[in-house]
Amino acid sequence: MSETLEHRAIGADLPRRDGDRKVRGTAVYADESPAQDPVYCRIVQAPLARGRITSVDPAPAEAEDGVLAVLTPATAERLADTSDAEYAILQDDEVHFRGQIVAAVIAETFEQARYAADLVDVRYDEQPGDTLLSADRPDLYRPEQVETGAAPDTSEGDVDAAVAAGPARIQQTYTTPMLHNNPMEPHATTALWEPASHGGAGSLTLWDSTQGVHTVRETVYTVLGLDREQVRVVCPYVGGGFGSKGIPHQNVVTAAMAARAVPGRPVRLALTRQQTFSLAGYRPPTIQQVALAAGDDGRLTAIANDVVEQTSRVKEFAEQTVLPARTMYAAPNRRTSTRLAALDVPIPSWMRAPGECPGMFAPEVAMDELAHELGIDPIELRERNEPDTHPESGLPFSSRNLLACLRRGAEQFGWPDRDPLPGVRSHGGWWWGTGVAASVYPTMRMPVSEAEISRVDGRYVARIGATDLGTGTWTALVQIAADALGVAVDEVDVLIGDTDHPMASVAGGSSGINTWGSTLVAAAQEFRKRFGDTPADGDSARAGVPANEAAERYAMSAFGAQFAEVAVHADTGEIRVPRLYGTFAVGRVVNPRMARSQLVGGMTMGLGMALYENSLFDPRTGHVVNHDLAEYHVPTQADVADLRADWIDEHDPHVNAMGTKGIGEIGIVGTAAAVANAAWHATGTRVRDLPVTLDTVL
Amino acid sequence: MRPFDYQAPADAGTAVAAVAARPDAAFLGGGTNLVDHLRLGVAEPGLLVDVTGLLPTGISDDGGGLRIGAGVANADLAADSRVRRHYPVLARALLSGASGQLRNMATTGGNPLQRTRCLYFQDVTTPCNKRSPGSGCAAIGGATRQHAILGASEHCIATHPSDMAVALSALDAQVEVLGPDGERTLAFGELHRLPGDAPERDTVLEHGELITAIVLPPLPVAARSDYRKVRDRASYAFALVSVAAALEVTECRITDSRVAFGGVAHTPWRARRAERVLRGATPSDEAFHAAAAAELADARPQDGVDGGNAFKIPLLTRTLAGTLRDLARQEA
Ligand SMILES: Cc1cc2nc3c(=O)[nH]c(=O)nc-3n(C[C@H](O)[C@H](O)[C@H](O)COP(=O)(O)OP(=O)(O)OC[C@H]3O[C@@H](n4cnc5c(N)ncnc54)[C@H](O)[C@@H]3O)c2cc1C
Ligand code: SF4
Repeated sequence: MSETLEHRAIGADLPRRDGDRKVRGTAVYADESPAQDPVYCRIVQAPLARGRITSVDPAPAEAEDGVLAVLTPATAERLADTSDAEYAILQDDEVHFRGQIVAAVIAETFEQARYAADLVDVRYDEQPGDTLLSADRPDLYRPEQVETGAAPDTSEGDVDAAVAAGPARIQQTYTTPMLHNNPMEPHATTALWEPASHGGAGSLTLWDSTQGVHTVRETVYTVLGLDREQVRVVCPYVGGGFGSKGIPHQNVVTAAMAARAVPGRPVRLALTRQQTFSLAGYRPPTIQQVALAAGDDGRLTAIANDVVEQTSRVKEFAEQTVLPARTMYAAPNRRTSTRLAALDVPIPSWMRAPGECPGMFAPEVAMDELAHELGIDPIELRERNEPDTHPESGLPFSSRNLLACLRRGAEQFGWPDRDPLPGVRSHGGWWWGTGVAASVYPTMRMPVSEAEISRVDGRYVARIGATDLGTGTWTALVQIAADALGVAVDEVDVLIGDTDHPMASVAGGSSGINTWGSTLVAAAQEFRKRFGDTPADGDSARAGVPANEAAERYAMSAFGAQFAEVAVHADTGEIRVPRLYGTFAVGRVVNPRMARSQLVGGMTMGLGMALYENSLFDPRTGHVVNHDLAEYHVPTQADVADLRADWIDEHDPHVNAMGTKGIGEIGIVGTAAAVANAAWHATGTRVRDLPVTLDTVL
Repeated sequence: MRPFDYQAPADAGTAVAAVAARPDAAFLGGGTNLVDHLRLGVAEPGLLVDVTGLLPTGISDDGGGLRIGAGVANADLAADSRVRRHYPVLARALLSGASGQLRNMATTGGNPLQRTRCLYFQDVTTPCNKRSPGSGCAAIGGATRQHAILGASEHCIATHPSDMAVALSALDAQVEVLGPDGERTLAFGELHRLPGDAPERDTVLEHGELITAIVLPPLPVAARSDYRKVRDRASYAFALVSVAAALEVTECRITDSRVAFGGVAHTPWRARRAERVLRGATPSDEAFHAAAAAELADARPQDGVDGGNAFKIPLLTRTLAGTLRDLARQEA
């Protein structure tokens, strides 16, 4: 479909429709959902990486005041479908990773549940855990596919021969650490099982903090063996997810199981920050061996990224780290490969820009190294390697404005006067440097979503089971629906966040607006087709998301360029980032203030990845030992100085009716490379292992 | 988290008697450390005796120095104009710590008694001699980036996390204590102890002893003092290393100095060897490095799964040199 909408509301700088509710504190989140006589569930976690439960004695917990039930592998309900091993909760005695749920206590008060959980006596037969990722493990294997469904490996030409031929070459190993999503709002669920409803078959309602109410419903009804209609999931607001609430994790299914153990009583289950580190997924650590070769003219003759990363033994997660090296630059010889180590570790999952984010760090630092070796400006080097078509599929890009972002960003940042020499600028007791890196994120549209538009009391009411992660969906979808209907935003309400609304895809892969917006446009067209411009109250039409046949003819991605200025303290090596600018080409921007906060937020998170974030994994125990926000460092206000995001006016007629590409993730892609490149430019020390900390540049 | 009793007596004597009477009782100050430990299961007192209502909350002149009530909030202490003028190192140490909200709650008595941030100490699923004597030390061979390079033992390699305490150590402060047997005063430098074979004891205080005040002596050298805290992010992180220093330079010679280190030992580390090297020296990077070298001669870094902490030796050396350089420049 080509862009069809006339933009009136799209592009307007409207304030959030839900802003007032959030500022006043009346927006209700999962753990505080209104509930009659709620009870509380506290999980018990295995303190070992691998082993077998030999006994669980719930008696000391059951003897405590207020305790209603203790779920153990012996007493928990048998689940109907555990083909996804993450959801095989309390189904057998195996311990697959440290932090796995081995029991759950339900009590009248939070304090009683917490205390009683400590009293559940679980005994184990511990086996040695195998938890350490390395590139030379003999048991590395190639997964069938990476997370997006793409091939794990690709190869064209002969990279090794091209690298041997040079004349310029970079062959280096880069690593990114294990990283954890840390949304402010905990992973929380309020769950109610009402046995008498649904014709006596019972119904389950989950007020859950999730990126997709329908995704949760699909999982929960399948795992519990219920009918889809027996499960309702409600989630009007989310205090951040960053991917960790993208698919439901063990806590959600446990909350449902707990609710069924105490029929009629709403059960609240919120993970503590510490529990989140083993149960809500994480970005797996990666080891990336990058090879670049180029002629003296700076044209790449080879590009390769051979990736080793980890998954859990109990469930495979193959991060798509290889993807950026396939998309970014032209080169006749190219190779990517994915090898996994299956370890006794918690299950990795999505974290903002899975794949693209770690997978851009290594190649974008390598490009900086190559630029230095060739004596070519890093922006010029990227210009010389700009492909005409997608380097691997050969498809033309629907639009590709990487160079425009680099040029405009360079101008705003003041790049042209840059002295390329590293480690030569010292003033005020600090070493100064600047760095650049590119950003990329694929433009996606999910295959399933449906919306309904109705005329109600003289207004247009659209319903779609979409989610607002704090990103602005409540507002942006109104803007799209208004333009699709050709009316003012004041005439439109959009209702989201409830499985009572039509099926919508998960808020993930930066696909939300692309998918739900396309769906609303289709529904508006259907509505107008059937009821014209003067509909009557009660008129209502539905439509599903249209397929994008242009996706077969075009490669679709958003691009960007990030510029960092880094200061490194001459005595202490402390690293500060006085300036971080990003310029992006993300198609049509639906709402500039919300887009800016997405991009700035992504860049801030990228800054965290560059300098601070590091899940300190202790291979002896198999767990992350800095599992709280005092010790897992994300950027503070004081770390974010002059941080700016803007975008070029990009018009892409192929992506969807709105012309949008998705903005939730691209901001974090490339940031760490830009900062690391700037740190090198400041100090002359090249750090290839994230995070870049003061001891590495001392 | 274990259920506990709670009392808020009206006077210090009653509070001391209440804690002394029960081995599982603890004083509750601002609670910013202890309440975390209750939640984590690190501390499991059966009785909390809240002392926030009964401790003095004033700062008074005291023979040229200052007497600080143990109930004074960290935020108020940092804002006191006398502290800022005569003991800037203390104000800066306080302001470098925690966050505004925490400093509003944290007390003068509680801050020096906050417990180590050793990751394993805070995680009851791992062995820790400090939390559970005789269970072993999970930190050795684990993540040791924040651990000690000075004065550690084979039983414990933890560091003391307080910034304020590093400043108080440099300032030769005194601690006033009320115990079951009455009052006593001890030098701040004697309050904390090295881990040895009893890391469960952070300080020399006996069970039931309550800090009632901290006294700063008159100390002219402290008028030119500073606190330099080094950490990865700009705010809201504990020190990797820190330096509290005061310097007096007369006719191009160092005539007096106070130096203490944070982030490197089980105690705030008063650097008396460094002070001796500095006395009489001409302020210069050579002298500052020599002072650091003297103090760090016995330093023993830790290996670790996170790369260990050997970097603290050059880092502390350079941080000390930079801090003294700046102070010497202020003098000039
Ligand atoms: C996220 C976070 C970050 C922090 N960052 C820093 C930092 O960067 N630098 C820093 O220095 N600190 C930092 N802190 C620690 C903070 O400074 C301490 O928690 C605080 O100073 C403790 O004071 P309190 O009054 O709250 O003590 P409490 O928590 O009430 O008590 C601490 C201990 O002292 C005992 N106690 C309290 N008062 C007395 C008394 N008068 N006499 C005898 N015993 C007493 C208690 O029984 C307990 O054992 C941080 C804390 C947090 C939570
Ligand atoms: S270093 Fe000390 S506090 Fe840390 S685990 Fe070892 S004994 Fe416990």
